[in-house]
Amino acid sequence: MLPGRVARWLFPRVLEELTGTLDPVVVVSGTNGKTTTARLVARALEVAGLRTVSNRAGANLQAGLVASVALASDLRGRPRAQAAVFEVDEATLPAVLPVVRPRVLVLTNLFRDQLDRYAEVERVAEGWRRALASLEPTAVVCYNADDPQVADVARLAPAALPFGIEDASAGREALEEAADARFCYRCGVAYRYSVVFLSHAGHYACPACGWSRPAPSVRAESVRLVGTSGAEVLLRWDGEGFVVRSGLPGLYNVYNLVAAAAACRALDLPADVWRRAAESVRPAFGRGERLTWDRIELQILLVKNPAGFNEVLRLVVREQPRSLLLAINDRTADGRDVSWLWDVEFERLQGLAAHVTVSGLRAEDMALRLKYAGWPEERTTVERDLARGLRRARDRTPAGGVLFCLPTYTAMLELRRVLSRWGVVAPFWED
Amino acid sequence: MDLVLVHLFPDLLNLYGDRGNLVALRERARHRGIHVVVKEVRLEDDLPGDGDLYLLGGGEDRQQALVARALQQHAGTLRAAVASGAVILGVCGGYQLLGHGYRAADGHQLPGLGLLDVTTEHPGHRARRLVGNVVASCTLPGVGSLVGFENHGGRTRLGPGVQPFARVRVGFGNNGEDGTEGAWCGTVFGTYLHGPVLPKNPRLADHLLTLALRRRHGDVRLQPLDDRWEEAAHTAAAARAGLRLRR
Repeated sequence: MLPGRVARWLFPRVLEELTGTLDPVVVVSGTNGKTTTARLVARALEVAGLRTVSNRAGANLQAGLVASVALASDLRGRPRAQAAVFEVDEATLPAVLPVVRPRVLVLTNLFRDQLDRYAEVERVAEGWRRALASLEPTAVVCYNADDPQVADVARLAPAALPFGIEDASAGREALEEAADARFCYRCGVAYRYSVVFLSHAGHYACPACGWSRPAPSVRAESVRLVGTSGAEVLLRWDGEGFVVRSGLPGLYNVYNLVAAAAACRALDLPADVWRRAAESVRPAFGRGERLTWDRIELQILLVKNPAGFNEVLRLVVREQPRSLLLAINDRTADGRDVSWLWDVEFERLQGLAAHVTVSGLRAEDMALRLKYAGWPEERTTVERDLARGLRRARDRTPAGGVLFCLPTYTAMLELRRVLSRWGVVAPFWED
Repeated sequence: MDLVLVHLFPDLLNLYGDRGNLVALRERARHRGIHVVVKEVRLEDDLPGDGDLYLLGGGEDRQQALVARALQQHAGTLRAAVASGAVILGVCGGYQLLGHGYRAADGHQLPGLGLLDVTTEHPGHRARRLVGNVVASCTLPGVGSLVGFENHGGRTRLGPGVQPFARVRVGFGNNGEDGTEGAWCGTVFGTYLHGPVLPKNPRLADHLLTLALRRRHGDVRLQPLDDRWEEAAHTAAAARAGLRLRR
């Protein structure tokens, strides 16, 4: 990140200069799904034959953007790439959009996340509203129609392209406890949902004023989840149907696939390009990649906020796990307030024949949350040190079994370092 | 023995784990063999007057405005409940609404319930939010240190009719200036502490339970519970705030 820090005082001029020759530029923002959606779109552009620059996973503040483009430029500052895909932090988006001026903007979702940094989801949405006004009128805004707050921000953009999930069988009827933004922005009445897919994303309508989910132009018509190993999606795009078999697991990744499809359509890429990209992108480290470690397998699924954690739990519980590692840190990038653990439905673990190892700087908080979720103390191990926690969790995993690791962001980076020191993964991060 | 817990507007005031306070009270009562009834109140519902303990969490400005209006209609019921000995715990936004009122960042005035002699003003979005880990010494007898996390723009000033709930050791507290955190008067308590506050501060949870039981069951001595994990989380949270506690 050092080149980015050096260049940051020059931001925004540097970024404007560096990205000015790139076309198309795609920006992806939202609480969850930024990294994977951006990877899918970048892969599609590459499949279409364009050299594409993108920022590394998580390096999504100004400094990270400048660094990524600077590293992909020659000594005269001319980018060696033609196209760019950036994932941009949701609170940073208002500062970035007027400078980067993307041809396509993808808005994935808005969930509560790191309230110590963002203060309120509503404030982030207000920032987006302002940011959208700075877009070129021809810029296409691909937005998640199933998220009422995102739809409210984006639906009136001059060139809006809504995407969403149609298949009600992939959802459920009731909202989770911690879901937010369930109230109509016009009249303050609670939305009525006929189906809920993920946190507050679903099919909704306001019973008072009739305001409802926009009909998506790009949509998943049928969804079949294949455990933690992938998903099969029938995508409807301009009246045509395409089936994709993706190695990205979980309903949240179905949203990423559909978001990427909407971006491809906005870029006038053929559907087949999207499909090839979708089928070739494998889960990245920490996002479902499965590793072999001695006599067991290891699957690491990043958890950042209640919406994501609940989805990951849902996914993992279906696999009847025997061993889990929950690694909770409270550094700045994780959110320093760990209260959000109480918005996650750990009650879902009840009945599993598993052992849970809790680790990280807030291991004790996690252990206490489990206790109040009815999880037996004798099947919980508390080990604050992550390397030792990982080893103890491995020892609790039966041979040939899978150890599911659910770390917060900096705990994931720490796991990565530990595993590379032990030779389980390559030392360099490759997306 | 039974206990009625009323969770006010859980769908609106549920910012960051407020449900954990309800879970802590419910489980700690159940472990003592107390039969717990939980009543959830939503915007369109009547407010039950028979609660032994009322919980009011925090919400975003928009949700808080919706609640403030609804609460005005229930003010009489709540006041009568308090007069009968019921306990109220307000956290963050809920604490602000227990006071005389809240002036939002845009100057907009939200009416409060006036159950606590405090007033809150948001100095505007340019002023820094008071965010971070908190360790404080509770003024209630036998409770000791409190740990939690605060995140508020509003600055609360205490009037002569309340006691500070705690003295800040690490963090900002009510306004970042006078060293006080929260407020209480009789059986009404307000605090800025998330965490959520009750699971990691089991002595506070038990203090509130004891008061709530007193309304209908007289003086009840709660059996001690195995609080090793609660205490471990308490100590660890204080350490993350930079304070080594001896409990």
